[in-house]
Amino acid sequence: MATLKDVKMKIGAVKKTKQITKAMNMVAASRLRGAQTTMESFRPYATKFAEVLGSLAERSGEEVSPLLVERDEVKKIHVVLCTSDRGLCGGFNTNLITKAEAFLKGKTGLEFSFTNFGKKGRAWCRKKGKTIADDYIGVVGGRFEFNTALKAGRKLISGFLDGNYDEVWIIYSEFVSVARQTPVLAKLLPIPPLEKAGKDAEDKSRPYMAEHICEPSSAELLNDMLPRNVYVQIYRSLLETSTSEHAARMAAMDNATKACNDMIGSLTLAYNKARQAAITAELMDIVGGAEALKG
Amino acid sequence: MAGMIRLEIVTPTRSVVNEDVQIVVAPGTLGEFGVLAGHTPFLTTLKLGTVRYTDAKGTERAVFVNGGFAEALPDKVTVLAESAERRRDIDLERAKSALERAQRRLAMEKKKEEVDYTRARAALERAMHRLKVASTRRQ
Repeated sequence: MATLKDVKMKIGAVKKTKQITKAMNMVAASRLRGAQTTMESFRPYATKFAEVLGSLAERSGEEVSPLLVERDEVKKIHVVLCTSDRGLCGGFNTNLITKAEAFLKGKTGLEFSFTNFGKKGRAWCRKKGKTIADDYIGVVGGRFEFNTALKAGRKLISGFLDGNYDEVWIIYSEFVSVARQTPVLAKLLPIPPLEKAGKDAEDKSRPYMAEHICEPSSAELLNDMLPRNVYVQIYRSLLETSTSEHAARMAAMDNATKACNDMIGSLTLAYNKARQAAITAELMDIVGGAEALKG
Repeated sequence: MAGMIRLEIVTPTRSVVNEDVQIVVAPGTLGEFGVLAGHTPFLTTLKLGTVRYTDAKGTERAVFVNGGFAEALPDKVTVLAESAERRRDIDLERAKSALERAQRRLAMEKKKEEVDYTRARAALERAMHRLKVASTRRQ
């Protein structure tokens, strides 16, 4: 049976842990709001971008950009792995890494290389002895600008065009809701066939989408926009991952705080029981002693 | 008075302008172009430069844009830029120091790697354009 003092110290320790987890929960909550606002402000750009790209893809027809062509023989695969820098966010990083492992599994004879956003993914790559082409620390979960995605995207595109990579994939966490974040695997390069505008019923309400005058030609415009599409995707993935990280941490810390409360409850019960047992034992002693004296 | 046209300038981080204007003049890659209400659908890439427009009250305004593209529709002009700043939001000090930095680097990098040279060139151009836009600021 734990002594009174032990239990009391344990309660103190758990209370302090609770303070920390509670503070982290609140910090994550406020950061989550910030991240969500950034995501919101990116939406108009992304929507418009997809719209214009779709209508261009529809009309540019036969002329194909090298960014769209599938390689006949895929040997070198590059993976962009987005994780967080810091832990204490539940299964967030594990989920992303499991996704990466599942992707690599069974693909023998292929060369893999990585670009890491976030320390956790980098640590995993190092442990497994993977080739790390690039790493960016302090991006996910922090403040970053479109420029970051732009720089990373440029490197990936030049690597792809130079033949260093035959395919580029990205693994990031999609922010579904505060309670749910799902790891997603998507192909960055070659760019998967673009969704063409005008197929959805929605678009029929917009007859003026039909013909633009393009300057320079629509094919050239498309060539200019395709790399941008990669940057936009990377930027979006980073935003999603950041938001997910904060949401995951918020949930994890909320759980931790709840667990602390439970623990404090059961420890206090144990403490009170121990205290009562000690008092009873003492009383028994006194009563026993008094009885003995009487006799 | 001519009809109004909606001007929207958005960057990945925020919407810079969203208002009804009388005329928009933007720097297309193949030359500057003006848009009035009722323009035929038109799509072009933009170069680094200034988008100028006259707002509903007839005031001339200028926005610095860093590349991107523009779509003109009969009732709306959308500019998608990687970055954009209204004239009054330009940080003069920052632009000036960026200009100096770029000039210094250009002097140094001329013989060295091509990549750094082009980067410094681009930085120089951006800084110069920002300053140019800011210089038309009303006192």
